[in-house]
Amino acid sequence: MAHGAVDQQQVLASDWSGGKSPFAVGWPKLMMWLFLVSDTLTFAGLLAGYGVIRISLGRWPVRAEIFNLYLVGAMTFILICSSATMAVAVSAAKRGDHRRVIPYLLLTVLGGLLFLCGQAYEWTHFIREGARLFGNPWGIPQFSATFFITTGFHGGHVSVGVLYLLVTTLRWSRRSIQPESVEIAGLYWHFVDLVWVFIFTLLYLI
Amino acid sequence: MTEEAHAGGYRVYGVVWFWLLVITLLELGAVLVHLPHTLLVISLLIMALMKAGLIIAYFMHLRYEKLSLAYAVVTPMFFLAIVLFAFLGPDALSVLHRR
Repeated sequence: MAHGAVDQQQVLASDWSGGKSPFAVGWPKLMMWLFLVSDTLTFAGLLAGYGVIRISLGRWPVRAEIFNLYLVGAMTFILICSSATMAVAVSAAKRGDHRRVIPYLLLTVLGGLLFLCGQAYEWTHFIREGARLFGNPWGIPQFSATFFITTGFHGGHVSVGVLYLLVTTLRWSRRSIQPESVEIAGLYWHFVDLVWVFIFTLLYLI
Repeated sequence: MTEEAHAGGYRVYGVVWFWLLVITLLELGAVLVHLPHTLLVISLLIMALMKAGLIIAYFMHLRYEKLSLAYAVVTPMFFLAIVLFAFLGPDALSVLHRR
């Protein structure tokens, strides 16, 4: 009888029996993770569509002759740096190292803005060469369509991320948010960097 | 593990940043030296997955979260990858061969 009671207690105390947080994170952070999983599906859809179009066509323009790989490499470099500064800002906020939080958040915003400048320059260049959403001088209309839609979606995410980080910085400077809010903004920002890893590899390099 | 990582200060982010840059340079290098196509695709995909792993584990802190959260996030991605490859791959190839 005593043995059974102990068993029952263990079951009740287990993570999934209710009254507990099974993931051991607060709900705002869990919701951000779930949002990121669903947002992964958005980009997985875009990239899978690109893959199907490209494989089924069997031919594709030579990107090295069209894109400036050094510019794209620099944009990648900037985004990785901004992800690293974000990680430092989050860590500083959580350990109470207050003098580091705002400078590193602003560095992250700067990185995001520089990335957007690079993308604006790239798009301008691409459009001046005759690329349109439904056609381009390189003979395969789907080439520019997938490029504009995929990098456009990512650029939109970066723009939203810059605004999100600015709001977070402002609210942190007014001491109206907890370190966890900075961490959640950080999760979003790292996700944007994560998506770029795949866009960079699949759209520009392969 | 968490205590250990935090005691090291910000060093872990510098190390991850360094490796992300190294892998990015290797990716660019692989394209610029014109590796054979199949080898290029495979090595680029592996390097992209390595970068993704570093970002998720250290920058997004998933390594220091409870395992149940890591499973909840990573398992769907695993199945998503399988489903995309298994369903869309043959379709794309059959369209190619009908051309």
